[in-house]
Amino acid sequence: MSDGTQQPIEAPRSDPAVLALLRERFPEAVLATHAYRGDATAEVAPASLLEVCTFLRDDPALAFDFLVDVTAVDYIGSVPRFEVVYHLYSLPRNHRVRLKARVPEESPRIASVTSIWRGANWLERETFDMYGIHFEGHPDLRRIYLYEEFQGHPLRKDYPKEKRQPLVTARDVAAPQAARSEARDRERYGRWQ
Amino acid sequence: MGPSHPSTHGTVKITLKLDGERIVDSQVEVGYLHRGFEKECESGEYYKAIPYTDRLNYASPMINNVGYCLAAEKLFGVAAPIRAQYLRTIACELSRMSDHFTCIGAAALELAALTPFLYCVQAREQIWDLHESLCGARVTTNYVRIGGLQSDLQPGFEEICRAKVAAALRLFGDVDELLTKNPIFRDRMEGTGALPAETLLAYGVTGPLLRAAGVPYDVRRAEPYLVYDRLDFDVPVGASGDNYDRYLVRFAELRQSARIIEQALRDLPDGPVDVEDPRFRWPAKGKVFNRMEELIDQFKLVTEGMRPPAGEVYQAVEGANGELGFYLVSNGTGKPWKCRCRAPSFSNTQALRDMIQGALLADVIPTFDMVNMIGGECDR
Repeated sequence: MSDGTQQPIEAPRSDPAVLALLRERFPEAVLATHAYRGDATAEVAPASLLEVCTFLRDDPALAFDFLVDVTAVDYIGSVPRFEVVYHLYSLPRNHRVRLKARVPEESPRIASVTSIWRGANWLERETFDMYGIHFEGHPDLRRIYLYEEFQGHPLRKDYPKEKRQPLVTARDVAAPQAARSEARDRERYGRWQ
Repeated sequence: MGPSHPSTHGTVKITLKLDGERIVDSQVEVGYLHRGFEKECESGEYYKAIPYTDRLNYASPMINNVGYCLAAEKLFGVAAPIRAQYLRTIACELSRMSDHFTCIGAAALELAALTPFLYCVQAREQIWDLHESLCGARVTTNYVRIGGLQSDLQPGFEEICRAKVAAALRLFGDVDELLTKNPIFRDRMEGTGALPAETLLAYGVTGPLLRAAGVPYDVRRAEPYLVYDRLDFDVPVGASGDNYDRYLVRFAELRQSARIIEQALRDLPDGPVDVEDPRFRWPAKGKVFNRMEELIDQFKLVTEGMRPPAGEVYQAVEGANGELGFYLVSNGTGKPWKCRCRAPSFSNTQALRDMIQGALLADVIPTFDMVNMIGGECDR
């Protein structure tokens, strides 16, 4: 069963036009491209991400008006460790592209694309929550699924699946709210007592 | 409002800042149903993720099954036989119908119309009877396999399917008469929750919400998968994009789904529903117990899993609420290194804040209903 499963990545059958345009426009910033199984993919230098994304959205031949997804992959043990992955789709042109940018473990930071596609807001918050990658220039970078007191980032490969979290007491979370409702009760019922 | 509010289906908290009854600002908080879908998928073999995918969206589990298996097949480089492709198409459209019944029924209920909800649930029961006939389960289907299907059809499925779909549409005809021209329903739905198409697109909103605003984007049409390119169907679009248009688009899609099912049943070819390749096909139980080769195949599949080449793929399908995508990264072992689900509800819910900005408090209910946030999928 194991023979034949470890094939090398197949060579791109045809170079998609999107990748050719990207390489032509950004010979320096586009580090590598491939079209494995027909998915056009470009790895870009993180410093040029915004420039590349703006071009992808605004160039009439590309017109990527729809940011489908933002996520990250943890390649633990390799340097740089994390890869931030963007999936884009163009409604007018009906084509897709995947952008990837590597960020290092010691300072996992990359520019936020919220200024280009508004929908990046929650997607980047989720990536921050799960992988601890900071999106610079994000208007509201907070955890989205987990609570503020959660320790660590669960989709990192060095976060054990069975790990327990310290309990957060209800009082810690609800203290300001409890004080408010006590004050309100005093105000409302105090004069009857 | 929330996380558990009587007039919202789905667990979500909306913190509203009000001026009288007018919404000045709001904040939508999700995550109450977060259960680590991706972490769980990464820790098991490829085939073990399939049951988790039905739990993403209880109203249209088959579409999630199909989406994940198509992504895995793209990664492995296998294709299911043509009969399986047709049956998957039927399963997907049944799920789409059940999702729209749920959405419209719940919307009517939350606008205080109980009767249409009962009819919708009854119509949904017809669809779930068909799920049961296909795979033995009504909601947690686990029907699709990498390279095929769990099982072939029960004898006589075609006739039962035609009858049940017709019964569901008949029930829905009653819902139509109760809702579509109902002045109270229309007052609550018309002119509320609308956003321009560009704003929706900037937020990544897809599905009936985007089509109601006039953009005919449908993955089934733009990048046909399964056998959608061989079937004849329309992509209904709206004009103003308000809640009433969203309702009408879902309504029209129900009829299109029934049309697709009818054509797929008519053209359904004979043949196997699983690939021949023993690296992907689950051998029949009887053979596993009685024959050496099948026993070995089964043992290898269970212990080692299927091994794809190293690489990455993204596969999109048209979910009932928009583009549902799976992004798989393989490092050549039997377990996915990364299994990401691009959930339509997540991006759609993100636009909720803009949809209710400046509206009345009561408008939150129909807008949230038409966004149709499915907690399992939004929070993963």
